[in-house]
Amino acid sequence: MRVERIKMIRQDLVTDGKCDTTLLDEVIRKYSGKKGIMIPVLQETQKIFGYLPREAFLRLSEELTLNMSEMYGVATFYAQFRLSPAGRHIIRVCHGTACHVQSADGISGALEEALKVKDGGTTVDGLFTLESVACLGCCSLAPVMMVGEETYGKLTGKDAVKVIKNIRIDEKDLPI
Amino acid sequence: MTKAKVIVGLGSCGIAAGAGKVYELIRSLKEAENMDFSLSRTSCSGMCYREPLVEIIDETGWYLYGGIDEDRAVELLNNHVANGNPVSDYIVCTDLYDTPDSRFFKDQVKIALRNCGRIDPEKINDYEARGGYEALRKIISGKVGPLSIIKEITDSGLRGRGGGGFPTGLKWKFTYDNKSPEKFVICNADEGDPGAFMDRSLLEGDPHSVIEGMIIAAMAVEASAGIIYCRAEYPLALRRLDIAINQSRDRGYLGNGILGCEGINFDISVKEGAGAFVCGEETALIASVEGFRGMPGKRPPFPAESGLWKKPTNINNVETFANIPWIITEGASRYAAYGTEKSKGTKVFALAGKIRHGGLVEVPMGITIKDIVFRLGGGIPGDKNFKAVQLGGPSGGCIPAWLADTPVDYESVNATGAIMGSGGMVVMDETTCMVDIARFFLDFTARESCGKCTFCRIGTMRMLEILERITRGSGEKDDIGRLEELAEQIKEGSLCGLGQTAPNPVLTTLRYFRDEYEAHINMKKCPAKICKQLLTYEVNVTNCTGCTVCARNCPVDAISGERKQVHSIDQDICTRCGICYSKCRFEAITVT
Repeated sequence: MRVERIKMIRQDLVTDGKCDTTLLDEVIRKYSGKKGIMIPVLQETQKIFGYLPREAFLRLSEELTLNMSEMYGVATFYAQFRLSPAGRHIIRVCHGTACHVQSADGISGALEEALKVKDGGTTVDGLFTLESVACLGCCSLAPVMMVGEETYGKLTGKDAVKVIKNIRIDEKDLPI
Repeated sequence: MTKAKVIVGLGSCGIAAGAGKVYELIRSLKEAENMDFSLSRTSCSGMCYREPLVEIIDETGWYLYGGIDEDRAVELLNNHVANGNPVSDYIVCTDLYDTPDSRFFKDQVKIALRNCGRIDPEKINDYEARGGYEALRKIISGKVGPLSIIKEITDSGLRGRGGGGFPTGLKWKFTYDNKSPEKFVICNADEGDPGAFMDRSLLEGDPHSVIEGMIIAAMAVEASAGIIYCRAEYPLALRRLDIAINQSRDRGYLGNGILGCEGINFDISVKEGAGAFVCGEETALIASVEGFRGMPGKRPPFPAESGLWKKPTNINNVETFANIPWIITEGASRYAAYGTEKSKGTKVFALAGKIRHGGLVEVPMGITIKDIVFRLGGGIPGDKNFKAVQLGGPSGGCIPAWLADTPVDYESVNATGAIMGSGGMVVMDETTCMVDIARFFLDFTARESCGKCTFCRIGTMRMLEILERITRGSGEKDDIGRLEELAEQIKEGSLCGLGQTAPNPVLTTLRYFRDEYEAHINMKKCPAKICKQLLTYEVNVTNCTGCTVCARNCPVDAISGERKQVHSIDQDICTRCGICYSKCRFEAITVT
């Protein structure tokens, strides 16, 4: 399954746009000359850009003497890393055991239908990325989803869609 | 009149249930109306099913209120705090009289969770006031040597709470025996088991007990650096750990010359895991801390010999560390007084699934599954029948209802084919399909297999494909045999625990629920009515009133019939979505 994930991502890697790699100065300064830094460096890079852009790989590899292929290996091994930009709100639907027996599939299904994206996809307007995750550790509130840092428990498909609708409405009110 | 104390439970699950808003509201009302009470926060008390929880302590007693939303919080402030009238409708527990929920706490013995829900996890003073860091002081002031510490832990009978169940004292002894100027202590907080959340709760609710446990371990194995490897998915735990480590450093419990003793140096850093279940395995965890892909390595050499950066390394789980200070202060024999002959002490279980009182419970080893599910957990909701518990996550298995008298200790649980694991206990009722559960876990392990061993990488995939086709109704007669054969090969051909235990969910369900597999394969039926493609929706001719609700709601127009006439479902068009079944008010749609 991890192999599948790589295939999916590689396409995006080729097509992604330009990014401002000077934002990485701080990260490079902080980790330069230290050992065991690959994961934290990638984590901080993702915090800056929201994903791991190709240009960032190139600069980090050069300045921190990290091997490109190893970095790519790490980035595709761990579930946390993404190689393409995500939507403004990341929806994580929990598919842990407790959520599974309380029909987490129904939540994902309802959201897929409402957002018109498949699991792992981002909506056309760039507002939402829908993901399913292994376990959020809120098992007694199953089924659960997280939107950004906010957790919602004891959901039905309808509730989940309502949460998304409300966020959409709020976003429309925001000045652009 | 003494000031009333108001305490809001702010663990992740409480916050998810809305406790954050309740806390903010109480805080702003207190300020706006200049009310005279003290407000503080605590973490999860384990009673997740009643979240959000608000405690009020006044001169008349202790009251725990459950299900408190913002409106109810206002009610509590106006009636209880301002006028001294407790609101009995929302009382979950009190020290004045017994309530139906009292049992939940009464049957528990809290050692690892001793401070969870009792202290403000962001205040070191709270921890110290409840005896925190006394174990460390006892060791330092008494000049207790490494071997004496190790003996105490060995005598307590404590075994690794992360799932392996390896005797903790023995593990420490191995690391102690390997002499090196540089050694490491690692806390495994990469709680990846779906269905387990005790480590999160401990780190959020009582981070100092884990830190103190690590310091004591470091003194026992003579390590100078510690690392907590925590899941990035636990932002609150990470934040509270960071606060706690800084506080601990400020008080001189961490750093150079601990508590003023020259030569005793130990400090802790936190590493965020990047999301890979296999990193719960020791050697994979070490690879991940070093910055690489979390691929398990061969053992021996064990981490105790050659671990992080090839130095002797001792790795224990969060819950194991949380037990340590208690054992040192209270003594090994008190700890060993709980439990069974081979499994001493207490164990924390995360109760979830089809259960009334889901949450965290800590019980003495040896209590039966039945007691946990029915006495503490309050049984199954909605008059459904108890079918099984899943213990040990993807490495564990399903223990059927008729074995509910099995005591929970390492040996008895292993004998059923499941494992204790980290203590995730997911309860299942008659509406849970066991083949689907097996498929669910294999889907998980197939995704999470790191890919190093062929049997694990490809074998889990083949097992998943077989299970998928069984649940789709295309199961073949020999599939059960194929599953069993693959299971044996994967167990034998895998390097690490992930692969060696990956077939367990299939093997246990085959052992106890073989008839369900057979029904799927031979009759093409799902007895629990979960596997969609095996269901048939039909109209019950006697009950149907011809109200047309089903036909109007069917998304694929599979239902036809005139108004006030009996309707019918075209099986070729029906997608088995179940909408007609849920919409019908006359019980006229049957599922078989």
